[in-house]
Amino acid sequence: MINPASSASVRRYKKKSRLKETWRRMKKNKLSLIGLAVFSVFVLVLIFADVIVPYEVALKQDMANRFASPSWTHLLGTDLYGRDIFARIIHGTRNSLTLGIAAVVVGMTLGGTLAAVAGYYGGKIDMVIMRITDTIFCIPFMLLGLSIVAALGPGLRNILIAITITAIPNYVRIIRSAILTVVGQDFIEAGRACGARNRFIILRHVLPNAIGPIIVQATMQVGTMIIYSTAFSYLGLGIQPPAPEWGSMLAEAKNYMLSAPHMIIAPGMAIVLVALSLNLMGDGLRDALDPKLKD
Amino acid sequence: MSRYVIKRILICIPTLLVITFIIFSIMELTPGDATRSILGQDATEESMQELALQMGLDKPFIVRYGNYIIDLVHGEMGVSYRSDQPVFGEIVNRFPTTLKLAVGSMLIAIIIGVLLGVLAAVKQYSVMDFFGTAFAMLLASVPYFWLGLMLILLFALKLGLLPSMGNSTWVHFILPSITVCVGTTASILRLTRTTMLETIRQDYIRTARSKGQNERKVIFKHALKNALLPVLTVAGIEFGNLLGGAVVVESVFSLNGVGCLLLDAIKFKDTPLVMGCAIFLAFFFMLIMLAVDILYAYIDPRIKARYQKM
Repeated sequence: MINPASSASVRRYKKKSRLKETWRRMKKNKLSLIGLAVFSVFVLVLIFADVIVPYEVALKQDMANRFASPSWTHLLGTDLYGRDIFARIIHGTRNSLTLGIAAVVVGMTLGGTLAAVAGYYGGKIDMVIMRITDTIFCIPFMLLGLSIVAALGPGLRNILIAITITAIPNYVRIIRSAILTVVGQDFIEAGRACGARNRFIILRHVLPNAIGPIIVQATMQVGTMIIYSTAFSYLGLGIQPPAPEWGSMLAEAKNYMLSAPHMIIAPGMAIVLVALSLNLMGDGLRDALDPKLKD
Repeated sequence: MSRYVIKRILICIPTLLVITFIIFSIMELTPGDATRSILGQDATEESMQELALQMGLDKPFIVRYGNYIIDLVHGEMGVSYRSDQPVFGEIVNRFPTTLKLAVGSMLIAIIIGVLLGVLAAVKQYSVMDFFGTAFAMLLASVPYFWLGLMLILLFALKLGLLPSMGNSTWVHFILPSITVCVGTTASILRLTRTTMLETIRQDYIRTARSKGQNERKVIFKHALKNALLPVLTVAGIEFGNLLGGAVVVESVFSLNGVGCLLLDAIKFKDTPLVMGCAIFLAFFFMLIMLAVDILYAYIDPRIKARYQKM
């Protein structure tokens, strides 16, 4: 007879070791550590934006100081209204990063639920869900996103809805295939034979074992979603001025490209840095979570 | 084999119906009045109502959708609210630009992606592999419209080597094609590397080597041919996305393609034009996927065998 205290401690030990194991393996990939460091900086900026630069600085216009080049007073120069670009990028992080993370979390949750149902139960439910998914997949994503934004009107929240809905079919496909590799295995059948309920099996056995590829995709998708959302803002459909956002900063800078290139380089570099750090992290995670590469 | 092709074509019909329904419903939810966008801001209430009656806008949603589909089957896509021109004609006029852009960037993506992918896989863990993987990652992280702006800044404005707008000659398509292809190149490069790594560990590659085949032939004839199958599917999907995703790039480079047309149509709530563009692009995408699937069935003996038994 196993006493409950020791079984609980065994479980805790196992959980800790899985996280530790992933971290140990990820540490070997130096590039992914750089990615993690850079992304952490962005998350810190997201949290402490107001401590770094007050929000008012990002909005304050200074017509005497338009298109100023980078200097000590304005680290990244000023834009067409004389606003400090550094401050706008810092506060733009809030909008862009939150949007990217929220889109992936919501999309993955909804897509994951559909995928779990489709992959686990199979049969007719699977067919219906996948048929619908494939159909939506046939609509080019930009087209679907644009029509949704057109229907809902511009704005941060509507862009979030548009890019989330557009991305869901892709998530369903990815997560379903991750789940299918688990569903056929013996321990799932053992769970069924024990009389466990389906919901319990999906949540406790299927998902934890399929989570590796899902985490990797989620990490990389945040970058992709940020790029899409900035594309919408670039087209003038995103967050409305004067609120700072990377995509709309690029749209503003477009007309002054030759005379004030600093306006267009800085926000673009911010997007590249975030996306690159997430991609590097995802790549390292993939290797760290892949059981085939275990040493 | 013909059974497979026919079955595959039949599947397209419900798909197209669902797509039209989705876009039609979304447009239905879009705020704004169609009659006002036709007649202009200072139209009277009466003339607007009269036009709405004439266009059948007073009928319920499902009836209008049904009428649209009936017209569509007869080859009618309606008339643009804004320009008063037939929608189909407008799209067909603009389509060559979008198609050229998509084909151009697809070619660049396949050449660079497959080549670097093969090199990275053949020399795994070498400098080449590291460079290839890092390159793919960088490409996947660059917002393509920003890259477009940077290319304009460097090659058009600073160096004056290439034109930044217009679509008269093939030179005009160089910068836009490079811009659009980044994401596709990245995914083709990564996928080629992965599938090549798997393929060169297969038994038949060892067999080819052991019979004394030279290495180049082993890689490009035996391995690559097999490794390219999944790449083909992804290339098909990416091609569809290139067609649709060119919206932003077309606006960056002021190319008058279907993307620009669609963007304007959405802004002006020109429902027939939006529907037309959507159906046209989706239909084209489905044709490509159909071609890919059929090609796949011809190349992959396993699929062929499944349908020959019947």
